[in-house]
Amino acid sequence: MNILVCIKQVPDTTEIKIDPVTNTLVRDGVPSIINPFDGYALEAAARIKDKDPDTRIVVLSMGPKQAEAALREALAIAADKAYLVTDRMFGGSDTLATSYILYNAVAKVEELEGVKFDAIFCGKQAIDGDTAQVGPELAEQLNYPQVTYALEATSADGALHILKEGEDGNYIVSVKTPCLITFTKPSFDPRFPTIKRKMAARKATIENLTSAELTNIDPTRAGLKGSPTKVKKTFVPPRKEAGVVIKEETGEESAQKLFELLSEAHVI
Amino acid sequence: MATYNPVTPEIIAQLEQVVPGRVVVGQDVNPDYSRDEMPIYGVKMPEVAIDVLTTEEVAGIVKICYDNNIPVTTRGAGTGLVGGCTPVCGGVVICTMRMNKILNYDLENFAVTVQPGVLLQQLADDALTHGCLYPPDPGEKMATLGGNVSTNAGGMRAVKYGATRDYVRAMTVVLPTGEITHFGSTVSKTSSGYSLTNLMVGSEGTLGIITELTLKLIPAPKATVSLIVPYEDLDACISTVPKIFMNHFKPQALEFFEKEILISSEEYLGKQAFPHSFDGVDVGAYLLLTFDGESMDELDPIVERAAEMLVEEGALDVLVADTPGKLKDAWAARSSFLEGIEEQTKLLDECDVVVPVNQIANYVAFVNETKSNYDFEVKYFGHAGDGNLHIYECSNTMDEAEFRKQVDQFLSAIYQKAMELGGQISGEHGIGYGKVKYLAEAVGPVNMALMQGIKKVFDPKMILNPGKVCCTL
Repeated sequence: MNILVCIKQVPDTTEIKIDPVTNTLVRDGVPSIINPFDGYALEAAARIKDKDPDTRIVVLSMGPKQAEAALREALAIAADKAYLVTDRMFGGSDTLATSYILYNAVAKVEELEGVKFDAIFCGKQAIDGDTAQVGPELAEQLNYPQVTYALEATSADGALHILKEGEDGNYIVSVKTPCLITFTKPSFDPRFPTIKRKMAARKATIENLTSAELTNIDPTRAGLKGSPTKVKKTFVPPRKEAGVVIKEETGEESAQKLFELLSEAHVI
Repeated sequence: MATYNPVTPEIIAQLEQVVPGRVVVGQDVNPDYSRDEMPIYGVKMPEVAIDVLTTEEVAGIVKICYDNNIPVTTRGAGTGLVGGCTPVCGGVVICTMRMNKILNYDLENFAVTVQPGVLLQQLADDALTHGCLYPPDPGEKMATLGGNVSTNAGGMRAVKYGATRDYVRAMTVVLPTGEITHFGSTVSKTSSGYSLTNLMVGSEGTLGIITELTLKLIPAPKATVSLIVPYEDLDACISTVPKIFMNHFKPQALEFFEKEILISSEEYLGKQAFPHSFDGVDVGAYLLLTFDGESMDELDPIVERAAEMLVEEGALDVLVADTPGKLKDAWAARSSFLEGIEEQTKLLDECDVVVPVNQIANYVAFVNETKSNYDFEVKYFGHAGDGNLHIYECSNTMDEAEFRKQVDQFLSAIYQKAMELGGQISGEHGIGYGKVKYLAEAVGPVNMALMQGIKKVFDPKMILNPGKVCCTL
């Protein structure tokens, strides 16, 4: 099986500081890490490889040259090969432009690798932008079926079987390949790299893909110019209090309980 | 044997003069003040408990107790493991938890002055914001610094940086007579008479009450890497330890543990921390090492050479944690060993012997052989780098009296062995109330008499933390 894992290098903080004047992220002094959800996607791929050692895992990232550090970490953890999409022309891309560039990059990586990826794994969202749009948009560009909020993935009979988080419980969804899966936080952490992989990753060549290689990209659809999103204002939303779940034996009892609670709160 | 007077309403009225509104009496006293984390060494409610705020308050309270022959026991967070702060004779408990201010950084001399109730975690975090490291790193981060100093707490980083004693520069002390005095200074060397500062460190609240501390800091290392090293069995794991030092590696921390104790910690945390097998070989034991330095460029070659040596010496593999998240994950499991054991155990006793590093394997073999004669389970882990082992006796089925009887025999045997191998009976937890008998057996009558003599000089009426360290009731 061939799996492409998309990762993003993000600042290591759960609350990004924003420059109030320019409305952009302040990255100075904040260490960079692999976006945690992308780490779970990589671990999910590694678990498929544990069972089927013939699995090949390729990682792809888009960003400045420094993002190579994140790719090296991914190589140390589980990946066999890493590609970095990097070009000034791609800077400032919103999610639409990013997914368009990634769509072209996937085709290029497939050409260079001489394979067609059976699955593309992404984190459900990046902790800096929190849009959760790039994965699904990439699936649309590729015209692949997508499963979001995945916890675990297993491969069998030419399909992927995904344990997926839902509002009221987990589901198992089976999806034919090729497909795109976005991962959320499972009950386990990504594995520790071994020293051998770590040393190999330090020396590994990371293929850079620029506009010179990605010749199919239409410049008007990439970078700031190709991004219809205009950020007017950003803010940290207030924390929501946990809601109350009413789960009685019967619907009538639940309604009764709801009535009691609303009465107590003097709302009815 | 000293005899004490009860706390009368008249004395309570005198105490009220010193600390108005904070003298808590009888049933109103928080039951936590009757014990530390090891209730097996006794639980006893004090007659009065006072949360103090200043040195002068402490002096005022102690003076009243001295004049009236009332026992005084000082406590911090109560995280001790030998009954050190249990008020075994009742009387007054002084709690320092509200003296929790970091008073002053002297960054030119790398020193910080704190009140004794500051928590270890609080200082560790705060020092980092000043670019400094407070090196002592006991597992219990919610302990107070006063308690750490009183037990000469060690912890994970002792292998490279030493124990709490090495970081105590000066202190303000209230003597059992109520006098206030000051020991030490911020200088880094001294040859000025007996070191009263060092006498106070590890004295477990029996000589005086520490009300202010000046501690040494170091510049915080800028890069840290941890290695998780699995072995097929404990023997292979422990016999590597001396080789690490012989090859001139200087890890900041070097811990060992068996798979069973890792699993109980993982169950407590609700997730697996480390793989339990490598290439089909079941792991028996792990080493966990941390290296620190000025940059990753400096550390990478050291880590590579260390890993190569570890694999040559029989490690199954070497895993690397070099990102903040991974470092946290790697140490979370280690930090929860005790909680993991406590959660699964009804009857629990422990000891923390320390033996020379090259004797750890011998000693562990002896413990394993000895434990088969007893009905309780024995679990252990330790600071491999300094030969300090934490050995827990656990039972969920035994009758308590029988458990105590058997544990007593077991401890006597393993303490004796530790001494034979050139060790000591406590590496960092102290003697407290629970280990006085074993200390007497270990150091002999001459040394016990010296300690009792020192106690008498500081505390002629024997009112301060009676029944502890070198004194029996």
